This record gives sequence, structure tokens and C-alpha cells, in this order.
Amino acid sequence: MMALVASTVVCFVLWLLLTFNGKAWGNDEIIAGIIFSIIGGAITAKLVEKDYKPMSALRWLMFIAYLPRFFYEMAKANFDVAYRVITGKINPGIVKLKPGLKNNLSVTILANSITLTPGTLTVDVDEEKNLYIHWINVKDKFFEEDDEKCRCRYICSTFPDWARRLGE
Amino acid sequence: MIWEIIYICLGIGIFFNLLASIGLIRFPDVYTRLHAGTKCTTFGGIFISLAVIIYGLWKWYDGDDAMISLSIHAFFAMLAILLTNPTGAHAIARAAHMSGVKPAKAVVDELEEVKND
Repeated sequence: MMALVASTVVCFVLWLLLTFNGKAWGNDEIIAGIIFSIIGGAITAKLVEKDYKPMSALRWLMFIAYLPRFFYEMAKANFDVAYRVITGKINPGIVKLKPGLKNNLSVTILANSITLTPGTLTVDVDEEKNLYIHWINVKDKFFEEDDEKCRCRYICSTFPDWARRLGE
Repeated sequence: MIWEIIYICLGIGIFFNLLASIGLIRFPDVYTRLHAGTKCTTFGGIFISLAVIIYGLWKWYDGDDAMISLSIHAFFAMLAILLTNPTGAHAIARAAHMSGVKPAKAVVDELEEVKND
């Protein structure tokens, strides 16, 4: 029930934003919006996780704080890939990473962040939530490092900590 | 002034999309091509939508009410690009690895080692 209400509200807010044209909405628009968002909410309610709970205000603030850091890494990633496209210097390989995260949301955040940052692409995830990452420029230092936390630094800087704060 | 900002955003966006297309041709296999095809198009797409958002907000501020919808739609397009691009790249890479495509010139493949155990 909670899932149905949550997804209906999200659908309705989306409807309001997408039909906004500078003037207040007419009654017919709002009624049509309610009908369609209940239909959309009923369809998507199954996709919401069973133990769903809304993100707290602190999490949202943390998420906003995460964005500038993320965009900085992303801009760096793009210049890195641009450099590799032009020079053709690559040294690819697939490496295993143990970020030690527990739930699906934090792993999703981490995997998507990794894909959008310097030269790394998440290929697979196993049952213990270890990530397999295709890395375009494998550094030898990565294998010499024993500590898992330091290993993560090479691939995704401090993203595992951010993902833990945001998702767990 | 605002025109210049819009043109700079468009220029950056088009430059990175161009790099993505060059990367698709230059790189040797599906994984490295995905690197070019996802990161550069996401970054380029964000800047192109940013140009549209700025244009819409500017015209809206100038008194054309309907232009705000242009900004909102471009913003949602940006969010959709940002969320679906890495997910799609992950799906393609995983499918490629499961169907046995080996990463070209790879120095290490720890996923293959796990699969063989």
C-alpha cells in the first residue's frame, strides 16, 4: 500500500511538472493527472522494494552534497577518455573490487557512479556484492596494494563511503 | 552574454559527442568502445540539455511564459540520460561477457577466473 501511494505521488508530481506551461493548471488537467498517475502508480508499485522507506531529509542533503564531487570526478573522467581517444593509449583489464556494501540501493549508486567516472565500467556483480570492473588503464600499483580500502581509491576515490552514507 | 554561454555549452557538448564517435571507431573491442560511448555522450548530453535549459529560462524571464516548459522537459531529459546511460552500459557489458566476448589486449580478467572456478 505504501509503495502504491509513493509511486502514485511521484507520477503525479512528474505529471504536474511536465504539463506546466507557465500558467496554473486547469481542473481538467489535474483530474486527468490523478487518473493517469494512479494507473502508472499501480503498474510501477511492484518494482518498489518490499522494505521500502522514504529517504530522510539528511540523506537528501547528503545527496546534494555528493553531486558537486560527482560532477568533478565525471569531468575528470571525460578528459581522461578524451585523452585516450586521441592518443590510443590503453591498458585494459577486468578487476575485482570488494566495496563491502550491504543493500541494493548503495550498490546501485556505487556501480552507476563508477561507470560515469575515470576509465571504469561496471561489468558484473556477484552474490557477495563484489563488483567486477572493466578498467581502461590498469595500474600495477593496484595489485601491490593489500588493503581493500586503498585499492578502492585507485578506481573510485571515496565513492564507497558516499554510497554507504547515502544508501544504508 | 547569454548567447555566448549557450554557444559555449553547445560547443562543449558537441565536442564530447564527436570524441565519442571517434572513440567508437578507434577502440579495439566492445568494452573500451562502451567507455567512449557512455561517458562522452553523457557529458555531452548534459551540456546540450544545459544549453536548452538556459535558453528556456532566459526567454521565460523575458516574459514568454510557455518557455519554462522547455526548461523543465530538458531537465528531465538530462536526468534520464544520467540514470539510464550507465545502467545500459552495464547491461551491454555484462551480456557481452556472459556470451564469451574476451576483452581485447587485456592484462588481467578476474571475472573470467571466477567463472572458470
